[in-house]
Amino acid sequence: MPAKKPRLAVFKFASCDGCQLSLLDCEEELLTVAEQVEIAYFLEAGPADTRGRYDVGLVEGSISTPHDAERIQAIRAQCDSLVTIGACATAGGIQALRNWGDADEFAQHVYARPEYIRTLATSTPIADHVKVDFELRGCPVNKQQLLELISALVWGRTPRLPRQSVCVECKRRQVVCVAVARGVACLGPVTQIGCEVICPSYDRECFGCFGPKEYPNLISLGRRYQRDGHDTAHLTRLVRSFNGYAPGFRTVDKVLAKNNHAYDSQNPSPPA
Amino acid sequence: MTPAPPPGPPWWMKKPALQTLIDRLRADGYEVLGPRMADGAITLAPLTNLAHLPRGVRDDQQPGRYRLTMADDGGYFDHVVGPHSLKPLVFPPRTTVLEVLRVRDGWEYRTPEPPQPKRAILGVRACDLHALAIQDRVFLGGAYRDPEYAARRAGLFLIAVNCSRSAPTCFCASMNTGPAVRGGADLILTELTDGFLGVAGSDRAAPYLAAVGERPASPEEQAEAAAIPQRAAAQQTRRIDPTTVHDTLMNNLEHRRWADVAKRCLSCANCTMVCPTCFCSTVNDVSDLVGTHTRRQRVWESCFNEEHSHTAGGPVHPTTKSRYRQWLTHKLATWIDQFGTSGCVGCGRCITWCPVGIDITEEVAAMEGGRV
Repeated sequence: MPAKKPRLAVFKFASCDGCQLSLLDCEEELLTVAEQVEIAYFLEAGPADTRGRYDVGLVEGSISTPHDAERIQAIRAQCDSLVTIGACATAGGIQALRNWGDADEFAQHVYARPEYIRTLATSTPIADHVKVDFELRGCPVNKQQLLELISALVWGRTPRLPRQSVCVECKRRQVVCVAVARGVACLGPVTQIGCEVICPSYDRECFGCFGPKEYPNLISLGRRYQRDGHDTAHLTRLVRSFNGYAPGFRTVDKVLAKNNHAYDSQNPSPPA
Repeated sequence: MTPAPPPGPPWWMKKPALQTLIDRLRADGYEVLGPRMADGAITLAPLTNLAHLPRGVRDDQQPGRYRLTMADDGGYFDHVVGPHSLKPLVFPPRTTVLEVLRVRDGWEYRTPEPPQPKRAILGVRACDLHALAIQDRVFLGGAYRDPEYAARRAGLFLIAVNCSRSAPTCFCASMNTGPAVRGGADLILTELTDGFLGVAGSDRAAPYLAAVGERPASPEEQAEAAAIPQRAAAQQTRRIDPTTVHDTLMNNLEHRRWADVAKRCLSCANCTMVCPTCFCSTVNDVSDLVGTHTRRQRVWESCFNEEHSHTAGGPVHPTTKSRYRQWLTHKLATWIDQFGTSGCVGCGRCITWCPVGIDITEEVAAMEGGRV
């Protein structure tokens, strides 16, 4: 048994709370978690001890307001290790769609009194603002991966969280490839493992919830899907969702436009 | 377990006799697995009834593309190899090799008893039998035998079928691994227009053949059966020359084609996962939160993942180029140095199931011209 229980805090920024719920969703393991770590600050669950330092801070959500940008600095200073949990904290989340739009215009459409809204023009990952020690991917995070992280924390070892493609897990589970057998544009080959291949198991394409895998080759996969007749706008929207602002996915529009250009020049339109 | 010429004599049986065969095997405690349509593919799955077989279903296979087409008539085995090989049956994707429990004075180590399922596989193709023979050499040859593989392998009863057609991705004829079954199975079937020709490939198959065989096959039926895999072989357009490929690759380790294929390769590992001979795994210790129970898991791994070659100081294969080269040179060249056979059986799965349709026969051909 480790000598001292790690002191844990869970913080929320711009997010849907789903990743915090994944922690609460540990159900039968939750009591053990509570025995192994001191959950000092976790508003969603109750504890709110703001005194002293935390060994580990789990951060959910992205930075989307001036207040967020200040608060994350204070949290970083209070935590020995900082771990981002989920797509919002690691990549900016679905709300990072504003990064390609006009946040003021969105506010005008959504809020009755937009003058009360103080927001940043962008939604950005935590790592854009402070040093992050570890990232846990997913929208939401996977319960087993979260437990692996906590277990590693308790026992002082490196968490084992592979960065390979979703395809690896599809094949381990003998799931038939929806891209090859159905002709569906699936993000599995460029997306990181971790979701237990929920969508392909139900005959649906991967939506990239766990963000880019190590070395995501969007150029080659995009070209394949474009040549198969998938609409470039659809492919852009597919990549630009929960993890659209992740570095490996961010430039999908430029990648696909360039592919289209290269493809068109190789296959000129027939003369009218 | 080198494939040997099949012992005769050939018997003729009616098509519904396959049901008798399934029933007999099940009565003898075998779970019967065979080709079944599911999720848009011909998968390998448990079956109990002849009606479960994909009668009249054909698989159209192209690089990165697989589609099924149906016909009203047609045979039970008009398809070729699907996404699933025998590999997961003998080398499970995920298995526990050791359990460690915390006890009062220390640790207790438990090696799980390997499961020994009795499984009869209906419809195994020549390429997959060769793949199994290669796997036998990897897992059972040499000083270190894999106990789980050995236990699972011993429980297999293999009913092979000669291919009646080839997919455009097949190249077994050039690799000398098919399409005709030359042994390595318990029972070898050829589907004729109105029946099956069956040959026992092992002693334990004899009682089954006796139960389903109606009469000795006529010389005409034998000739018809012999022509079927020949016709399938003639359909093949892709090829690799097994006598030259070793030197072609090893003399071209700096060929510019490696950089070219690396631009197309997703490093997603699909090719290695569907390959019936790729045998890489990694071992992880999975511990519980309180530290009283740890499972040592063996999981399928791939040379296309960075972690696979990670050593102190970083990965040995840090780029897609070096990983693709590692895979292809091992599969087609250094495998021969290591195990005395090629690691490729020409099943074409890596071509079909590559999401971007990279074709190993094309990559080899591009290097055949020598240094560029």
